[in-house]
Formats: sequence, structure tokens, C-alpha cells
Amino acid sequence: MNSSKSCIKLAIASGKGGTGKTLLSTNLAALIAESQNVLLVDLDVEEPNDSIFFQGKLKAVLPQHKMIPEWDSEKCTLCGLCAKVCNFGAVVDLGTSISITPPLCHNCYACSELCPVDALPMVESHMGDINLFDNGKLTLLEGRLNTNEEHSVPLIEKVHKEVEKNYSHIKYQIFDSPPGTSCPVVAATSKCHYVILVTEPTPFGLNDLVMAVEMLKVYDKPMGVIINRDGAGNEKIEEFCEKEGVDMLGKIPYDMEIARAYSRGELLLGNGSYKAIISNIFNAIEKLHL
Amino acid sequence: MKIAFTSEGKTWESKIDPRFGRAEYILIYNQEKDTLSVIDNSEVTKQAHGAGPSTAQKLFEIKPDVLITGNGPGNNAAMVLKKLNLKLFVNAHNSTVKEAYEKYKNNLLEEMPF
Amino acid sequence: MKKIKEIVVLSGKGGTGKTSVAASFALIAGKDAIIADCDVDAANMHLVLKPNFAHSQVYCGGDVAVLNQDSCTLCGKCKEVCRFGAVDFSNGRYTIKDLDCEGCGYCSHVCPSGAITMVERKSGDLFISHIKNGSQMVHAKLSPGAENSGKLVAQVKTNAGRIAGEVGCEYVIADGAPGIGCPVASSLSGASLAVMVTEPTKSALHDLKRVLTVAKRFNVRPLCIINKYNINSDQTAVIKEFIEKEGITHLADIPFDSSFVKAMGQAKSIIEVDSKMKALLEETWGKVKEIAQTV
Repeated sequence: MNSSKSCIKLAIASGKGGTGKTLLSTNLAALIAESQNVLLVDLDVEEPNDSIFFQGKLKAVLPQHKMIPEWDSEKCTLCGLCAKVCNFGAVVDLGTSISITPPLCHNCYACSELCPVDALPMVESHMGDINLFDNGKLTLLEGRLNTNEEHSVPLIEKVHKEVEKNYSHIKYQIFDSPPGTSCPVVAATSKCHYVILVTEPTPFGLNDLVMAVEMLKVYDKPMGVIINRDGAGNEKIEEFCEKEGVDMLGKIPYDMEIARAYSRGELLLGNGSYKAIISNIFNAIEKLHL
Repeated sequence: MKIAFTSEGKTWESKIDPRFGRAEYILIYNQEKDTLSVIDNSEVTKQAHGAGPSTAQKLFEIKPDVLITGNGPGNNAAMVLKKLNLKLFVNAHNSTVKEAYEKYKNNLLEEMPF
Repeated sequence: MKKIKEIVVLSGKGGTGKTSVAASFALIAGKDAIIADCDVDAANMHLVLKPNFAHSQVYCGGDVAVLNQDSCTLCGKCKEVCRFGAVDFSNGRYTIKDLDCEGCGYCSHVCPSGAITMVERKSGDLFISHIKNGSQMVHAKLSPGAENSGKLVAQVKTNAGRIAGEVGCEYVIADGAPGIGCPVASSLSGASLAVMVTEPTKSALHDLKRVLTVAKRFNVRPLCIINKYNINSDQTAVIKEFIEKEGITHLADIPFDSSFVKAMGQAKSIIEVDSKMKALLEETWGKVKEIAQTV
């Protein structure tokens, strides 16, 4: 890996929700913050949850916009071309007016730029916010998508831009990614140097892990795995990782107390043995020499 | 007056399709002329996204006064339909089109505000 | 006229036990239900229900641009208009990067020589399978990086409904899509009842509220199951208060215990390893069926 870069961007991802992405992201960030500055970025913009675990102050709300077409009834000649070129059903021709459904818009500009009379200028539309929380050495950036929006990728890209613009001086940057194996995950992990996949040692966990690895390989991402709820089963996660050339970075044991702490919105670092687990994971990451 | 139904088939005996955007057919009953016409909506059901507004667009060409459907349109479709000023009746999906029409005439259907 | 009842199981976000509940219902219902796995992003039902992938068909979601090099005049308009960086120029020719193409078709409209056509993109496969309890299941596998859509969910459910009609079974049990976007709307559209599976965490309640607004929009009556209710009794009380206030029927509280872990480890449903859980979920499915008769 390129040793000249000033920061290390780690994506925390998983094939599906509920495996422990947020648990790992928040605790790892809090652990690093004990000794140095760290940036935690919540990219699970449909359901951001990282802020629940910190009492930090909300320092700023940065409104984020995407560009959508706006119909100008005066200029429009009702030729209907805009509705014909829209491939997403976002622009429809109602005969005497043009109707735009912003949540369906993919911001391709086709309707706007192909309109012969400039009757569909692109205007800013609020799609969500970036919330900035200050927690001492830990800075939390949270992307939060408006509930009526259907596309999270544009906001995820805006958060990445904000990080590049203002936070490149922070060495460790942790990106809590959305679940799944589709476009939002690609957008969240694409700017990262390394992807950590959180999984469970069960056939379900393995199934999701296989899909996630398959997807990330298409994009040539180096990656590693953390087994959460270790002891819950004996699935051959490690065997799979070895075969696929994926690093094994550590394990978090199956423990009811961890589940309870999580449900209360609490970190694990207060407990010495849990803290040691997170420390071991961090050591394993440092040894990768990213 | 024109009444639109979301339908799984092309006749009075067809079942009401509970879905709006991805309904297989839209049937239009013209009360004055006593005719039932069929709009094939299968092109729209092939769209990955935005089926609701596209189906609503089809209704704009017909301008029905009443729409009878099942679960009701989603948010995106509703935004478009609102401009059509029609009356929307929902929960008709345990009936055939004919039965739904009878229920409508007897005020037995549930009207849904936009 | 006998109507097939479609029961959709939802949660808002992953990890609450939605699929566990749906798979348990499927096993209990046996030949009374056809299963529709609409959670294609994290399809897991097949691990429990053991489908045989008997029939498959290609699923196409959205379009992708295809550039014909022979008619390309190298004008570069396509690259100019693409907002997604999907047009590449190297070694003196333009190419479309499949993975980056959003399928908007803008390039095809501006190409002066008609060298770009939009074609349907293969996004995965849809399967109709026989499963281990003797019934059938409709499920799908997406290509890497492809996304679920309202169309795919609709196809899964339509096939399930058709089979239910053909074999004369009364229910379709659908494992709904996560989130709140188009696939969820499509999961709810056409459903008779929505079973919401939640857990006593702050984030799960937040997700529950969001998915309820979608259910309301589609006039689908919501029912609620609180899973892992014993991991946080304070938060369980908060959820109960919320669903009571909303007038949502509370179906069951499912405890979290080691048999869950055992079941997961063996790729089994919870009802296959624990008789108490089996009784609880049978009772719950009974309630669902009873309520389904009234809608």
C-alpha cells in the first residue's frame, strides 16, 4: 500500500444488517480516541445510529443538496421530450403540465439539458444533512438522509467529499457503511483503503460474507474479517477467508452482556476484558501497515 | 362519468389488482356510454423504478373521475394523482371489478383522502 | 371468491429476526403457504428452507448503455454528458464502464451516429423451488453490486401468488425488503397484513416507526412481534407503549436465549430446535391466520 498517504480510511461493512458493524465502528473509534485523534463517519445514511453511543456536542448541521429539475410552466411548450428521455419515471407528461417526482430522480440531467426551451432548470433540493459531533479527540460525521429520499448514494458521496476537504489531517478514519451488497455499499467503501467485514460464525453469516466478498472483489478492494458472536456456531469462516485471501482480524465473543450494553446505547470500553478485545483488533489493523 | 379500476384482467369478472403502480391492467368504465375499455399496463410493470408515477400518467390521458383500487397508490404516485382531482376508493381488492363497482354505487367503498 | 392472503414480514432494518420469524411461519404453515423471499439483498431464507432451484429465469432491472465501436465517430458527446463517469476514453476509443453506468440513457440521446443503445441489464436470477416442507418458494439472487427494486419484489410476489392460486393454497408468506424505499413499498403493495418484527433497541424503534408510515400509506394492517424482548426490559416497555398508542395488535414477545444461537449454527429455524419456541410461534401464526380472515 502507498505509505505516503496521510490518512488511513477503513470501511466497516457486512453483507446484511445486524451483524455488529455499528458495535465495532463505535468501539474501535472510541478506543483509538484514547490515544489520538480519530474520525468516525456514519455512512449508513438511511438509519444512522452511531451518534446514539456518544454524548458529544452537535457542533454543526451542514445541509446537503442534490440537483433536480424544476418545471418552468411559462417556458414549457409541452413537447413531452423530458418525460420520454427520463428512464426512471421521475418526469411524467400530464398533457397540460409536467410532473416531477424528486425521490425518483437519479440526477442525470438528461431532461434538463435536452429540453429545447430550457424549461427544466436544475435546482438544489435538500436531500439530507451532515451532522458534526465533537467528542474530544473523536470527531463524528453523520450522514442523515431525509426519509422521503430513495437514493442514498448522492449523500454518501457528499460525506466523502466533506471528509476529503476538511479532515484529511486525521490519520485514522472509520467509515460505518450501510448494510447489503448493492450500490450504497459500493459508494461507501469505494474511497476507503481497506474494508473490514463483520460477520457471524453461522451459515447465515457465511452466506452473507460470501456475497460481500464476491462484490468487493469486483472492485478490487483489500479486505479483512471480524467474527462477531464468536462461539455462536462453528461455521468455517476462517477456512473461507484463507481460501479467498482475506485477512482474519479478530473475534468478538458471543456474550449476552455485549448485546445488553448495545441495546442501552453503551460502549464496551468500560469493561477491561471487552476493551482488550477491541485493542487486539486495533493491533491487528495496525499490523497491516496500510 | 369515468371510473377507473386497477385490475388483474380485462373483463368485469377480473379481480381488482390490489396494487396501483404495478397493476396489470387499468379498466375504464364510461357510465354515459356504458362501455368498458382496457389499458394494458404491462410496459410499466417492467420498469425497475417509478412505476407509480408512470401509471398515474396513463390515467391523465383518460381523466377518470373515480379510481377504485386495493392498497392504494404509494407516495410518489399519490403526488401525481393529486393533480387529477379524482376520488380515490381503496380496499376493493377482495372483489371482481363488477362487485367493486356495485359496492361503489352502494357507497360501500372506503374513500381515501390524498 | 376465495382470496389468497399475503402476509408480509418486515422490520425496517436487518438483524431483528425478521427472516427467522418468516422462516418459522413458513415451516409451520407447510403446504398452506407459498414463500416469497423479497429480501434479496440479504437472502437467507433458502438456508433454512433448502430450495432445489427447480426453475430459474433471468431478472433484468434497469438498463445499461452499450456502445457499438463500428458506428462510433469519436465525437465524445457521450463522455461530456455522463454525470456518472461511466464513459472512458483510452487508446483512442470510447468505452462504457458497465459498473458505473446508471442506465439513464442520456448518452444514447445525444449520440449523433446512434452508436449507443440501451439494453436491459441482467441483474440476477429468479428461482421457483420446492422446499423441504413440501411447499414451494420464490426467491432471487442478485448479481454483485446490483440492487433490489420494486420490480423484482413484484415479480417474486406475483409468481408466489400465481403458484398459490394454482395449487390452491391460502397464504403467501413474504420476507419483506429492508429499509423504506421502493422495494419496501412494493413488498407492502398487495399485502393483506404486515407483521413487524422489532427488538428492544433504540435504533429498532426508530426503524419501526419509519416502516409503519409506509404500511399506513398502503392501508396494510400492521401487527407487531417484539423479538429478544428480554435483552432490555426498559426499551421493551417503551416499544409496547408505542404500539399500544398506535393501535397496533401486539402478537407476541419472543425471548432471546441460547437456542437461537444453536438454530443459527445449524442453519435451522428456531422452531426446529426448541419446543417452547415452536409452541409460541405456532400460537402466533394461529393469531395471524385468524386476523387474516377478517381483512
